[in-house]
Amino acid sequence: MNDLLLNISSVNKRFGGLQALTDVRIQIARGQIYGLIGPNGAGKTTFFNVITGLYQPDTGTFELDGKPYSPSAPHAVAKAGIARTFQNIRLFGEMTALENVMVGRHVRTRQGVFGAIVRHRAARAEEAAIRARAQELLDFVGIGQFAQRTARYLSYGDQRRLEIARALATEPKLLALDEPAAGMNATEKLALRELLVKIQKAGITILLIEHDVKLMMGLCDRISVLEYGKLIAEGLPAEIQKNQAVIEAYLGGAH
Amino acid sequence: MALLTFDTAHKPRQSYASMAILLAVMLVFPFVASQFGNSWVRIIDMALLYIMLALGLNIVVGFAGLLDLGYIAFFAVGAYLTGLLASPQFAALLESVVNYSPAMGDALVALFGESIRTEGIHLSVWFIVPLAGLVAALFGALLGAPTLKLRGDYLAIVTLGFGEIIRIFMNNLNDPINFTNGPQGINLIDPIRIFGVSLAGEAGSKATVFIGGFGMPSVNAYYFLFLLLCIVTIFMTSRLQHSRLGRAWVAIREDEIAAKAMGINTRNVKLLAFSMGASFGGVAGAMFAAFQGFVSPESFSLTESIAVLAMVVLGGIGHIPGVVMGGVLLAALPEVLRHVVEPVQQSLFGKVLIEAEVLRQLLYGLAMVLIMLNRPAGLWPSPIKEDRPVAATDKEEKEESAVV
Repeated sequence: MNDLLLNISSVNKRFGGLQALTDVRIQIARGQIYGLIGPNGAGKTTFFNVITGLYQPDTGTFELDGKPYSPSAPHAVAKAGIARTFQNIRLFGEMTALENVMVGRHVRTRQGVFGAIVRHRAARAEEAAIRARAQELLDFVGIGQFAQRTARYLSYGDQRRLEIARALATEPKLLALDEPAAGMNATEKLALRELLVKIQKAGITILLIEHDVKLMMGLCDRISVLEYGKLIAEGLPAEIQKNQAVIEAYLGGAH
Repeated sequence: MALLTFDTAHKPRQSYASMAILLAVMLVFPFVASQFGNSWVRIIDMALLYIMLALGLNIVVGFAGLLDLGYIAFFAVGAYLTGLLASPQFAALLESVVNYSPAMGDALVALFGESIRTEGIHLSVWFIVPLAGLVAALFGALLGAPTLKLRGDYLAIVTLGFGEIIRIFMNNLNDPINFTNGPQGINLIDPIRIFGVSLAGEAGSKATVFIGGFGMPSVNAYYFLFLLLCIVTIFMTSRLQHSRLGRAWVAIREDEIAAKAMGINTRNVKLLAFSMGASFGGVAGAMFAAFQGFVSPESFSLTESIAVLAMVVLGGIGHIPGVVMGGVLLAALPEVLRHVVEPVQQSLFGKVLIEAEVLRQLLYGLAMVLIMLNRPAGLWPSPIKEDRPVAATDKEEKEESAVV
């Protein structure tokens, strides 16, 4: 665990009387697919929202790629190199698939009002690069042929893929996926799994929240388990499967 | 809409042809219309100003999805700025400053010269227009800053309040220092003068403007200026729309949280939308003041804000050709009705049954209700909203190109 990409510790988050997260820590090595599981209401999504700047934590230290980052604003987190998707898909519905991914390039590009109106050489070059890269990413996730289709008319599975392509467009070091397989059938899950492995091979570390334990066990390099906002286990998938606390809290209850 | 298309991305040849035809019609229009009286050209002059306003508001409401009910405030800022800096009003301002604090008055005289005591300031249009744009943009940011976290209804209420505050300021800012001359408004605003040619016509020319020996009525001269400004506005807003910033605006409209998560600094990008939108309003205001020669708070009521918003929504929110069409219809329709309803009644019934003013409002309202019922997305909405699978679109395009 020398090559840490994400190192987060002692995260506390309280909503009024509810302690949503208690001293949660997570360490993700570069190139891993890291799983975060737990029963409903365990605080997985809250933790996600904290590390991506959507919620402000009460305490916590955050380090990405050896440098501390402050999760004070989502756009700053995206700039630092963490991109995310949402549990209930959040696309820009009226934009085309291509435009959705082009928005993802926003944070890595810089043309302003002047460039937009005058369209000088640098602005045109940047725009062309944005477009080319967006198309490339759509092809990468396998929906290149739907580039000109309005996002909200895409099929459910393709919307999930589009969201991943949009997140990849921000050039993340860490891709954080909140239940990407939710609502998918077996075939779609298999395809998603292939896509995630492909992303991993492209050198991007993945943090994954998922309910589908079977999918997680086969896919993840390491797994953390949350229950009632506390970390109850951390380790290799095989260890997690045998862990008594986890079986009681989650696997046991589910079967 | 089948005849004219402005979809340059998909049908470039057709849309450039449409633009050329439209431009030709627009260039000939005032010479034909002025045969029937200058008032018709004047109506279109005002319509062009409204189009500029609607296009500016379209940035805020259409692109960024921020409902703004106080947009006319920026029009007012531009108009009053012109009133202050291109009329004798500054002399009145100075007088009140001298009464209030002689030292400050002396400083102003030292800064601008002795002549402002009697004549006020008369800046050239080349200063006024950029200044109006800038100051309005500043006011746009000023409105935007406190409303960053608001959306929908709440934003609408705050912007409505802002619009009213500006109007009330204009109404009352004549004491202790006389900035706006209160409810009487500012009079004798300089007409626009470009390269030494006054667009109001020189004294004794019966409002005829001569350009290189070629004379035309003053309203026609203003028509061409406003047409040019409208074209510039259309050009700028459509370029903004199809840029990195335009996409960021639409992203915020579609889903603000997702936009943030994708690295868009929503605070800056929203403020920019408010400022850019406001600057077009400011320039239109400056033109309005110079065109009318007179501004008063009455011209900037809530009704005006709503009228401009109606142009945007009714024409096709977020779609520039639609917004332009909405502007033409809603600005010209009431005036056309004003001229038409009485003669029509006279010829139908032999007498005027309903007063023109009443009937005009009635028909105007009815038209708006009918349009919104039958075309909820506006008369001419963006084509992207149609759901057409890629294969079908390709096929259609092939067929079309075969026909062409």
